[in-house]
Amino acid sequence: MENIIKTQDLMFYYSDISDEEQQEQEENAPKAEKKMIFEDLDLEIEKGSFTVILGHNGCGKSTLAKHFNAILMPCGGKVYSAGFDTSDEEKLFDIRKRVGMVFQNPDNQIVASVVEEDVAFALENMGVEQGEMRRRVDDALKAVGMYDYRLHAPSQLSGGQKQRVAIAGIIAMRPSCIVLDEPTAMLDPTGRSEVLKTVRRLNREEGITIVLITHYMDEAAQADRVVVMEEGKIILDDRPENVFSNVELLQDVGLDVPQSTQLMYMMKQNGFDADTHIINEKEAADFLFELFKRQVN
Amino acid sequence: MIKDITIGQYFPGDSPVHKLDARFKIVITAIFIIMLFSADNFISLGAALLFFVLSFAVSKLPLKLILKSMRPIVPVIVITSLLNLFFIDGVTVISIWKINITQQGLRTSLFMIIRLIALISGSSLLTYTTSPITLTDAIEQMLKPLEKIKFPAHELAMMMTIALRFIPTLIEETDKIMSAQKARGAELDSGTFIERGKALIPILIPLFVSSFRRAEELALAMECRCYNGGEGRTKLKVLVSGGSDFAALCTAILFWCAVLLLNVYTYL
Repeated sequence: MENIIKTQDLMFYYSDISDEEQQEQEENAPKAEKKMIFEDLDLEIEKGSFTVILGHNGCGKSTLAKHFNAILMPCGGKVYSAGFDTSDEEKLFDIRKRVGMVFQNPDNQIVASVVEEDVAFALENMGVEQGEMRRRVDDALKAVGMYDYRLHAPSQLSGGQKQRVAIAGIIAMRPSCIVLDEPTAMLDPTGRSEVLKTVRRLNREEGITIVLITHYMDEAAQADRVVVMEEGKIILDDRPENVFSNVELLQDVGLDVPQSTQLMYMMKQNGFDADTHIINEKEAADFLFELFKRQVN
Repeated sequence: MIKDITIGQYFPGDSPVHKLDARFKIVITAIFIIMLFSADNFISLGAALLFFVLSFAVSKLPLKLILKSMRPIVPVIVITSLLNLFFIDGVTVISIWKINITQQGLRTSLFMIIRLIALISGSSLLTYTTSPITLTDAIEQMLKPLEKIKFPAHELAMMMTIALRFIPTLIEETDKIMSAQKARGAELDSGTFIERGKALIPILIPLFVSSFRRAEELALAMECRCYNGGEGRTKLKVLVSGGSDFAALCTAILFWCAVLLLNVYTYL
């Protein structure tokens, strides 16, 4: 399979001091203090896949996501997005057109005061011709189920609806990949499920590659692949059921597992023949049903 | 209380005034304001008022909207009319102690009241019938020729768009911060003027901090959507002007001419 995003020996650090000061300091002491985020990070995202990146706060997952569409530049190594090297400044807009990004707070990414104008924002920037723009805006709004709200003001919408408008603003660009940085963190359960349903539908029906950064294990359980990060390193990278079966390792780095997996893990510890590869409620319920049936017989 | 702000609020509708090209509406409003200031007597002022009443009738807006837009300027009206009432020399009508109220004073203050009310309601008619975003577009297009002399027309319009977008968000946020500070025992509604002023500081500081954070995130989100300034930008909605726009403009100019002609009745 073709890769849409590829990082090669990615290195990134924040300096504690500004560039100017750094230059001054470098004359005196060559090594300025650096806060290393990644060292030699290699990650490939397949085209059309649904990948979740998990990790607790400050593990570098958002920083990594910002490398995917050339918001941050690697301090070492390379990042290739949609076939372009992100350090090539001339290709900046080609990259951002193809790899869209949705952020945590829906309020802070909506630019215009009418829904459809906001969805058109990226297209206006790209200089898309008017008729084509109208078509794409309508398509994008229909794809996220917000077409009926196209003339509303963002302030009249719920959090989940606003986040769907933000997603529409990205898919109007017709990207091949969307990176979502904790898009559900500020939403209530209804909003969360709305957004997640939209994201999954875009992945399945429109074939858009999804990279979802999240805290929620039940969201991660729905992905094709889960990447777990800890202190700038990838510690697990597999199908969700395989990742979550490493209950102890995940708990060591401060992450939960889905409740069903937790249940299976505890049953296993208490001597039952439970399988920790079970990650959703239905499978867990089926397993318990079989277990009871055997006990009764 | 903070949610009652009506300035710049748009009331969607389908009237001919709503449909008018926003650029023409801005020009017509400007003509109306000039009309008001070039009127010298009550007859010519009446002609200008007639123009406003006609536009208002065509716009089919509820009357109470205009009354609502008056509320914030009541103090201004009161102060100006009082100043005019007491400080203009002429034939004394009533005299209390050292203060004289003159015929001329009465006339001028009445004139000022009508003029101010017409001024505010006329400009609110523009904002009531034009969506802020169309208004911004219109301003951007009208200022576009100035870009040749490096006037930042697009940037200005972008700033206005963002400001308009964030007004409701920031109002909501202010309400939240106020409740949070009240929950911590802040007294916002009582105390002397200075005390109340001081009580605003713990509200303004968090508001500013969060605004800067929002600005940073918004800039990032805009960059992700290929924002690169005004160059090579297209528009979802393009303003088009037609015959009715020119007809409206001509009507406004005719009324202005009428006002100037009626100014000959200097003694009324």
